[in-house]
Amino acid sequence: MSYIPISDQDKKEMLARIGVESVEDLFCCIPESIRLKGLLNLPGPLSEPEILEYFEERGKKNSFDRYLSFLGGGAYDHFIPAVVDYLSSRGEFVSPYTPYQPEVSQGTLQVIFEFQTLICQLTGLDIANASLYDGATGAAEAVLMANRVKNKKRLLVASNVHPEYRQVIYTYTRNLGLEVVEIPYDRLGRVDQKGLESAMNSHTSVLLCQSPNYFGVVEDLKSLGELTHRHDALLAVVISEPLSLGLLEAPGKLGADIVTGEAQSFGLPLSYGGPYLGFMACKKEFVRQLPGRIAGQTVDAEGRRGFVLTLSTREQHIRREKATSNICTNQAHCALRATIYLETLGRQGLKKLAWLNLQKAAYALEKLTSIPGVSRKFGGPVFNEFVLEFPTDWNRIKQKLEEKGILGGLALGDDYQGLEKCALVTITEKHSREKIDRYAEVLREVLK
Amino acid sequence: MINVIREPLIFEISSPGKSGVRLPALDVPEKLDVLEGLTVREDLEGFPEVSETEVTRHFTRLSQMNYCVDFGFYPLGSCTMKYNPKLNEKVAGMASLAGVHPLAPEKLAQGNLELMKTLEKLLCEITGMDAVSLQPAAGAHGELTGMMLIRAYHEAQGNPRKYVLIPDSAHGTNPSSAHICGYVVKEIKSNDKGTISLEDLAREMTEEVAALMVTNPNTLGVFESDICQIADIVHAKGGFVYMDGANLNALAGITRPGDMKVDVLHLNLHKTFSTPHGGGGPGSGPVAVKKILEPYLPVPIIEEKDGQYHLNYNRPKSIGRVKSFYGQFLVMLKALAYILALGPAGLREMTEIAVLNSNYIRKSLDGIYHLKYDSPTLHECVFSDKFQKDFGVSNLDISKRLLDYGLHPPTMSFPLIVHGALMIEPTETESRRDLDLFIEAMKAIDREARENPELLRTAPHITYVRRLDEVQAARNPVLRWEKK
Repeated sequence: MSYIPISDQDKKEMLARIGVESVEDLFCCIPESIRLKGLLNLPGPLSEPEILEYFEERGKKNSFDRYLSFLGGGAYDHFIPAVVDYLSSRGEFVSPYTPYQPEVSQGTLQVIFEFQTLICQLTGLDIANASLYDGATGAAEAVLMANRVKNKKRLLVASNVHPEYRQVIYTYTRNLGLEVVEIPYDRLGRVDQKGLESAMNSHTSVLLCQSPNYFGVVEDLKSLGELTHRHDALLAVVISEPLSLGLLEAPGKLGADIVTGEAQSFGLPLSYGGPYLGFMACKKEFVRQLPGRIAGQTVDAEGRRGFVLTLSTREQHIRREKATSNICTNQAHCALRATIYLETLGRQGLKKLAWLNLQKAAYALEKLTSIPGVSRKFGGPVFNEFVLEFPTDWNRIKQKLEEKGILGGLALGDDYQGLEKCALVTITEKHSREKIDRYAEVLREVLK
Repeated sequence: MINVIREPLIFEISSPGKSGVRLPALDVPEKLDVLEGLTVREDLEGFPEVSETEVTRHFTRLSQMNYCVDFGFYPLGSCTMKYNPKLNEKVAGMASLAGVHPLAPEKLAQGNLELMKTLEKLLCEITGMDAVSLQPAAGAHGELTGMMLIRAYHEAQGNPRKYVLIPDSAHGTNPSSAHICGYVVKEIKSNDKGTISLEDLAREMTEEVAALMVTNPNTLGVFESDICQIADIVHAKGGFVYMDGANLNALAGITRPGDMKVDVLHLNLHKTFSTPHGGGGPGSGPVAVKKILEPYLPVPIIEEKDGQYHLNYNRPKSIGRVKSFYGQFLVMLKALAYILALGPAGLREMTEIAVLNSNYIRKSLDGIYHLKYDSPTLHECVFSDKFQKDFGVSNLDISKRLLDYGLHPPTMSFPLIVHGALMIEPTETESRRDLDLFIEAMKAIDREARENPELLRTAPHITYVRRLDEVQAARNPVLRWEKK
């Protein structure tokens, strides 16, 4: 099954036109010594039903769906309206390339333009790009961008930024002679402002923080913005749960210069970690330093509105080694899903959904901390995630919960010394009161 | 029909109070004190308010303004726009696979880990390499990862080295990736065959050069026949050969990068392995390496022991993470389904027909369009507008006119070493009829260039919008909708 529509007769006639005897002759430029003598050692060919069965069998080896999960930490199980899957699976959206020929790509380009607008509205910033790979690479691109804007070599990263995001920042910056300094968190679970103040100096280009951060705590962005700006540095905010923006003030209105993040929450399934959707927005004056594709509005030869990819002199295909980023293919189809999702929910839907998440998380927090031995670790305000502290090592409790069909939260001890007894618990609109109550009930039992 | 309705922006058809979603009611007691300490936004100013019907019509109409592979021939050179099998979409949509949280305990995700490990092994066999990381998100991301591996190795030997050699025919991502990895790019001029000259390479290759980045076949579709000698020159000075695997559709099943002494390469699952481009992603850019670079691969790596799969983060020499979680998992599933469907003979046939189709087009248009290099080509061929230039017609005009014929144009103005380039890659999934439609259209356009060049210069004529003013877009950027 090679998906090839060329018949043997076609092949014969085509070879005759080319003027060679066989297909083999077309490969004469490849030295004999490196040509494969036989076929590769691969399985297949498998028929269509055999392939479905093969994957179904592997699916059965995943037992995740037999558990009640309270996992989050940068990947969220939100409800996806049917219209998102339906519309995004149209071949006209699935099977085009990057819109290099705008006259026959107005669909993709208008979607990107709408996506950019939605991201600007959510973040409170002037401009946004067409997408990045994910929240982690978005965070790395944000600090590199701040470094170009400020032309300084020192970067501050809050230690309560998602551990994987921080790891990617280290990977991206280690070859570029940049100094990365981690800022501690305080007992509220927020960026420690004293620590921040003392880490700031005139060589610092940026503070990157996350809000809500990896502990689920919403940062005081206004104070962080004032502090960083006082030191002539930028405030970059990364967001892994952008649904929070349906409720919380836009970071751009609070002083953020760059907002980046992970938009998986907007209509993308958990997908075992990918493809997800990185986004990035910034103030207008940084537009030339923004990485990635950007769609812009223009007119056609008859004066009608149309959209094109623009400002491409920032990009690798024009600037080569001087480009703002090496990104080429991004996450266009994921951005399409997010656009359909956000436009379907709309102003009322997104606000309501954010409210549901906030209220349910508050209910769960109260319910779970009413259990003897369970306490809230950090005092800072939260959205839909929070850290609980237990009487013993979380891994032992986690194990017992698992035996009773519950994935109670993410361990923090591997990434944060001193948080071995803590777990990050995530609540979404998919957690009915009944599910939350069940978790509480089982936890109470387990801790007895 | 589709051009009759001008589809506005969603923001322009919004009216207060509408929503396309029906959310459940709050089933816990509402508490207002949870807002304490939070700065809450006043509103979502400008956010659209539309019904589900309006959303459906909006996106259906927008979709109809797009050209796509499902509709027709899409010969973008270096992009490998092959047909995307529908079965693969079904596989990637299976809830038992796609519904798993990435931080679920390993033992609850054994099926997914097995699928990833299987894909790694098959890619090793196809490329002749020793190990694969599936983590990179796209081709350019794979390049960056590959160059980081090289740098990490050199650093471990005490000197990261300074330069990376890149031929002038390379994709723009190559120099850009090398630069982000901290290297200075030195360009190597192509010779009159369009390939790397061994003499030039030998002169430039020093012990301060970390690697050569080579695309094979190169962006002209020409195979670097001296690849083994090229590798020997690079290796003799302690450098690595990085191969841009974007053009693997010309080689799979015929020869293997690993057998050409390549040390590291990235693959584009969204090119060679048929996963859809989605209007610009998601792609997937696995990196394949020889043993010597394996310790440096990104964490985590997937290990198998007694039929159990496990993620190993304890890799002291690793470059670290390049992305959150494990990569573009759903894209990997599609590529795996594709390889299983083809099997070894099918994979070879894929390459053979891709090369046959390309040569059929080349032969059919040779003499009508200019071929700068007469070297044999594999899966793609690069013409130029040299003949048509005499009539004041450029590659842009030819491309725009193709749109009027209901066809997608080739890649334009790339590679940079061919002035006015038209880079054509048909892939193996085109029928003779579709190839002939393209060939006949290109011939007709050449006639039009001579008889009525104005028709080309003002093309396209029948698309949803006419030629767009890209200069204005860049000069006065309007990058978002704003409420008047």
